[in-house]
Amino acid sequence: MASQTLYDKLWDSHVITDFGDGTALLYIDRQLLHEVSSPAGFVGLRERGITVRRPDAQLAVSDHAVPTRGRAEPIADLQARAQVALLERNSAEFGLRYVSLSDPRHGIVHVIGPEQGFTQPGLTLVCGDSHTSTHGAFGALAFGIGASECGCVLATQTLRQTRAKNLRVLIDGRMSRGVFAKDLILAIIGQLGAAGAVGHAIEYAGPAITRMGMAERMTICNMSIEAGARVGLIAPDETTFDWLHGRPMAPAGADWADAVAHWRTLCTDADALFTREIRIDASRVAPQVTWGTSPDQTLPIDSRVPDPADLADSAQARRCERALNYMGLKPGTPLEDVPIDHVFIGSCTNSRIEDLRAAADILRGRSKADSVTAIVVPGSGLVKRQAEIEGLDQVFISAGFEWRDAGCSLCVAMNDDRLEPGVRCASTSNRNFEGRQGVGARTHLMSPASAAACALEGRLADVRSIEPA
Amino acid sequence: MTPFDCISSCAAPMAEADIDTDIIFPARFLLHTERDGLGRFAFFDHRFEADGSERQDFVLNREPWRQARILVAGANFGCGSSREQAPWALASLGIRCIVAPSFGEIFQANCVANGLLPVVLPVADWRQVLRFAQLGHLIEVDLKSCTVARAGAARGDRIAFDIMPRQRLALLTGLDETGLILHQESVRIAAFEQHQRRQMPWLFNPPASPAC
Repeated sequence: MASQTLYDKLWDSHVITDFGDGTALLYIDRQLLHEVSSPAGFVGLRERGITVRRPDAQLAVSDHAVPTRGRAEPIADLQARAQVALLERNSAEFGLRYVSLSDPRHGIVHVIGPEQGFTQPGLTLVCGDSHTSTHGAFGALAFGIGASECGCVLATQTLRQTRAKNLRVLIDGRMSRGVFAKDLILAIIGQLGAAGAVGHAIEYAGPAITRMGMAERMTICNMSIEAGARVGLIAPDETTFDWLHGRPMAPAGADWADAVAHWRTLCTDADALFTREIRIDASRVAPQVTWGTSPDQTLPIDSRVPDPADLADSAQARRCERALNYMGLKPGTPLEDVPIDHVFIGSCTNSRIEDLRAAADILRGRSKADSVTAIVVPGSGLVKRQAEIEGLDQVFISAGFEWRDAGCSLCVAMNDDRLEPGVRCASTSNRNFEGRQGVGARTHLMSPASAAACALEGRLADVRSIEPA
Repeated sequence: MTPFDCISSCAAPMAEADIDTDIIFPARFLLHTERDGLGRFAFFDHRFEADGSERQDFVLNREPWRQARILVAGANFGCGSSREQAPWALASLGIRCIVAPSFGEIFQANCVANGLLPVVLPVADWRQVLRFAQLGHLIEVDLKSCTVARAGAARGDRIAFDIMPRQRLALLTGLDETGLILHQESVRIAAFEQHQRRQMPWLFNPPASPAC
């Protein structure tokens, strides 16, 4: 057989029918469901008078609309309460596993899927959420879908999909102090552009990736969609297997050895061809901060706000101007001179225990600037519990942060965590779109350590200038 | 799903690149669980002032584009979140076709699933259609011949576009993808499952519920 990429192998092993036009009907091994994109799918099942084809292959949790405080009380927002109750009801009616808000395992869908071992190498895994690419960190073919497709998976356990082209991002070198996976992926998106990887599945490879733990790999794959790619992949290895071993829903007993033997075959063949390839030297990447309203508008923290006048392409100049206008920034201003009002540490990109540790290392024994409001939203109840065992909650609270319960929170601002117009936020989330954190709110994306540094300084700050305590 | 064959309408020009689904359908309205009548939230923060009045600088609030059934959008239109509320809201406004140099992939698939035709054009062709849109010309989009043109244009002046045959068929017939799969693929799906169950039994016997 011809040499194959990891993506090719995952695709080929799930084809039920090849339609010969670049599309195929794929078998879907797992689906994660949340409250926002699932209602229509259940309506469709009722209209057809059919059941869920494989209830055992679904896992449902409410994360987008849930409040991150006062969780012992019923949800105050009646719409949010109804939406969460609807998923709970639908799950019960169709016999699906539902992780309730009061369950200690509750959390963001892309945090708890891996945490529970629901996510595994070699799977096709979907969710009505564009950040499903996160699960590609395990060598799963994972991608975000729409509500109609969610319904199709509930009914048929399949989806018709268009085969993507292969794009490899090779990352050499070692990240220097103060630089994290988030900085790398922002730099990669900056290089590719917001639409640069449309139609492609990205495989991240190279020594810098191999050295990473699973949390960092998830951060990398999570943001593939911000370069336009639905799929981000990393070949599974010993790090992956060790991380999964013993997880509640991971293969166990005699199955474990068989599963690992299969997972070891999931890598790109040495001479497989990629449509495109880019190389990044991790040692040359500085801490990143976005200055605009698209994740590709990113710069090293020691830069100045760009000037549209410097851009030769008029469309690019207009895009830059539009972003600066929304962000309230003047060309030429040093980024480090930009004051901030709010700090958000959380989201499916950066809410795992490793992220909280990195932020706590900067904050330990220090206090946030008085002008800043800061919140930490752990990715799951289990992350929160682990952080409390390690005393990280006390580090955050002593530094003046609010210590919240798990959920999407200020990454999507569907719950009551919303910023007022003009409020400027240092955020570890994945999108700096207009209005993403509230109407008129201004988002600067960065790593958890950088966000912690910003909280201390009350402005966009270079984390390298702060010694970890 | 409403079949699509040919529409003729003025087209609203929205040339900025990277208009994401948060702009098309702001997240705070995602708390609505129904899918009908979402047009009132489309482009909300660009369409309305804080007091609820219409913003005059927004194209869909101006004549003749208020009645537009076609959008001529910039590159990477619909990037970002997978929310299908974005095409639901556009459809509810009466939009049936979006012409752009490129689309966010999930959004593009969501459009087809809802009877909205996404037309991808090379930049030079797109610019021409954008110009017609800005001038308020009537534009004709014909999925039978896969062409876009100013209404009444001679055959030689029509701009051809590519669309995947299966997507074209789905739009022309108003086909229900899930229904078709249930009807045509059930035997093959069952055979695949049987094979996979033998090869990878662990995929079929996860614990009944996630354990703490």
